[in-house]
Amino acid sequence: MKPVLLKGGRVVDPSQNHDAVADLLMVDGKVEALKKRLSAPDGAEIVDCKGKVVAPGLVDIHVHLREPGREDAETVASGARAAAAGGFTSVCAMPNTDPVTDNQAAIGFIVKQGADAGAARVYPIGATTLGQKGEQLSEFGEMVHAGAVAVSDDGHPVVSTQLMRSALEYARSFGIPVAEHCEDPYLFKHGVMHEGTVSARMGLKGIPSACEEIMVARNLLLAELTGGHIHLCHMSSRESVALIRRAKDRNVNVTAEGAPHHFALTHEATEGYDTNAKMNPPLREEADVEAVRDGLKDGTLDVIATDHAPHHYESKEREFDDAPFGIIGLETALGMGLTQLVGKGYLTLPELINRMSTEPARIFHLPAGTLRRGVAADVMVFDPEVRWVVDPAAFLSKSRNTPFGGWELAGKVERTLVGGVTVFTG
Amino acid sequence: MTVPTLGKDLLGLEPLTKEQIQLILDTAEPFKEVSERTIKKVPALRGKTIVNLFFEPSTRTRISFEFAEKRLSADTVNVAAAGSAVEKGENLVDTARNLEAMRIDMVVMRHPSSGAAKFLAERIRSNVINGGDGTHEHPTQALLDMLTIRDKFGKLDGLKVCICGDITHSRVARSNIWGLRKLGAEVAVCGPQSLMPGGIEGLGVTVFRRIEEAIEWADVLNILRLQLERMKAGYIPSLREYYRVFGVTLERLEKAPRDLLILHPGPMNRGVEIDSRVADGPHSVILEQVTNGVAVRMAVLYLLAGGRPELAEAAKGSGREGEE
Ligand SMILES: [Zn+2]
Repeated sequence: MKPVLLKGGRVVDPSQNHDAVADLLMVDGKVEALKKRLSAPDGAEIVDCKGKVVAPGLVDIHVHLREPGREDAETVASGARAAAAGGFTSVCAMPNTDPVTDNQAAIGFIVKQGADAGAARVYPIGATTLGQKGEQLSEFGEMVHAGAVAVSDDGHPVVSTQLMRSALEYARSFGIPVAEHCEDPYLFKHGVMHEGTVSARMGLKGIPSACEEIMVARNLLLAELTGGHIHLCHMSSRESVALIRRAKDRNVNVTAEGAPHHFALTHEATEGYDTNAKMNPPLREEADVEAVRDGLKDGTLDVIATDHAPHHYESKEREFDDAPFGIIGLETALGMGLTQLVGKGYLTLPELINRMSTEPARIFHLPAGTLRRGVAADVMVFDPEVRWVVDPAAFLSKSRNTPFGGWELAGKVERTLVGGVTVFTG
Repeated sequence: MTVPTLGKDLLGLEPLTKEQIQLILDTAEPFKEVSERTIKKVPALRGKTIVNLFFEPSTRTRISFEFAEKRLSADTVNVAAAGSAVEKGENLVDTARNLEAMRIDMVVMRHPSSGAAKFLAERIRSNVINGGDGTHEHPTQALLDMLTIRDKFGKLDGLKVCICGDITHSRVARSNIWGLRKLGAEVAVCGPQSLMPGGIEGLGVTVFRRIEEAIEWADVLNILRLQLERMKAGYIPSLREYYRVFGVTLERLEKAPRDLLILHPGPMNRGVEIDSRVADGPHSVILEQVTNGVAVRMAVLYLLAGGRPELAEAAKGSGREGEE
């Protein structure tokens, strides 16, 4: 393996409070040195990074890679390549596959497919309950041993309050978070978009914000009761953010995500019955978008996660009621963050990298999100000055379901390295 | 002054301008008389092929469209997809492609999903008329309601119209709200909040939670059918109580400060949302609505086919031509 020297880039590493022009040297797949000026060892590949940003590879703790079950929409390999193209070096795959990833053998399969892909690292998340049915806990211990980094029934909530309590308690032995999709299933019933003036106008069944907030409140109380680590996925409403903020004030063991679509779009995007604006939780109101941005600013929301949810073209090409929820996000997330958060003054660039790399690695205990000496050299390089237009046809993901087609975004990923090996060049 | 046109499709009243809505209502006037003749037929759409594509069971709307089409001399085909092997969803794209391949001129579609008419219209060249999409819009029903009200009052501007009942699940309510407001009427809705969609105030309507308040306020009541399954779904406790609390009864109307015009899009649940004595009473225009339905639909078909409004009078012929 050739040493790689990234020369003269703006190196942003929130884990070391580093934000300055410097050289980064990687040897044997690990970070060897980060210094103002380094000389290249013999045989090293030298990459001129002048004018570019060099950062720890991005970490997405919430993606759906559809394998096994819907390999027509995405595979672990295609998802890992799409991730690398988006600057991600680690992703965590949700277990709502078919069959559900709820046992050690299934976890082992994802680990193997991820290793074979040779792109971004893929860490599996095991199902909280067998078959995600919400009836019986999966074997957390064995799944963790096989490589699972968290448990989640994402796509569904764990409806039983007692079972959720048990999950939080049992998970403590393994030091893993229980990631929860917060939704009251009775209030949700048949909803397809946010309940508000737009749903009233379009004649679509609404999902009120309270549908999420009720479960957020329940989960916070259970985390407080048990001391377990609750991780709240894709927070979409202002009151959810407020509930988490108050819980953090009293040191509840909670972490939470905000998704790019929730900090960039409102329910107005659903106008015209665009099925690429159909996701769960739904796009909400301006004040909710504002709350998600504020939450990411003050750390109430610890991380940005995409909820990358690929769907085959045909399944979105239908009536709004019948189209599946979800959009893809791996190849647009950095650009969305740079344009919508950094560009609009909500976050600084180091704060964005922190929310997209250092923090997600920290809360899911992944060996990533840092350029400290000795860690695996997972690094991304992007040009902050280049503006580009999103062309879904050019995605490495197998799917195209994005509402951001045609958007002009800032920041183009130029190179992604995993363990010191370049897995993507743009 | 330019004469407005309708464009390719009629998907709802929300996208239409005041002038376009007026155009349809004005064009409907001369067509009313056609239905009064012995031979109820004019040649305006001779040679045009129209498909009535119904993914939901409907008797009234389908028959009304069919009469309108036949009275304009169009060739019509009815496709009832509801309950047949054609499932909703998977096949709407294929349905659109098939229709396109058959070179038809117009499609009237009724579909259980909101937005389905727009979905179809974006995928075929033929004119699409929304015969009701989910809980979104039912434009021709609202147009016939508006024509009926205009007949009685001579205007819509300044009138107070209250739509009563299950607003959440009503495409008729939404189309009426858009159409009436664009033509200057004040619109209110009335019913239990469990049957009001969240965000309804955003449509520019007043909300009454008691029928007595609505009766006190309104010039016109448009009383919606209460789907009987709403009770099982937990929206209301019982039909019996619904009638007692929200039913439009003679006793309640007698307390009104003025005579109220009573509309109902049908089919009625007598003794649930409306008292028989009201439905059959002197202020009910429920049967006029049915008659106007054919005229409004003739106007829509005629205009979408490129018919010029100023020629509608001529298009209907002298009346004798039909008798040849
Ligand atoms: Zn989810």
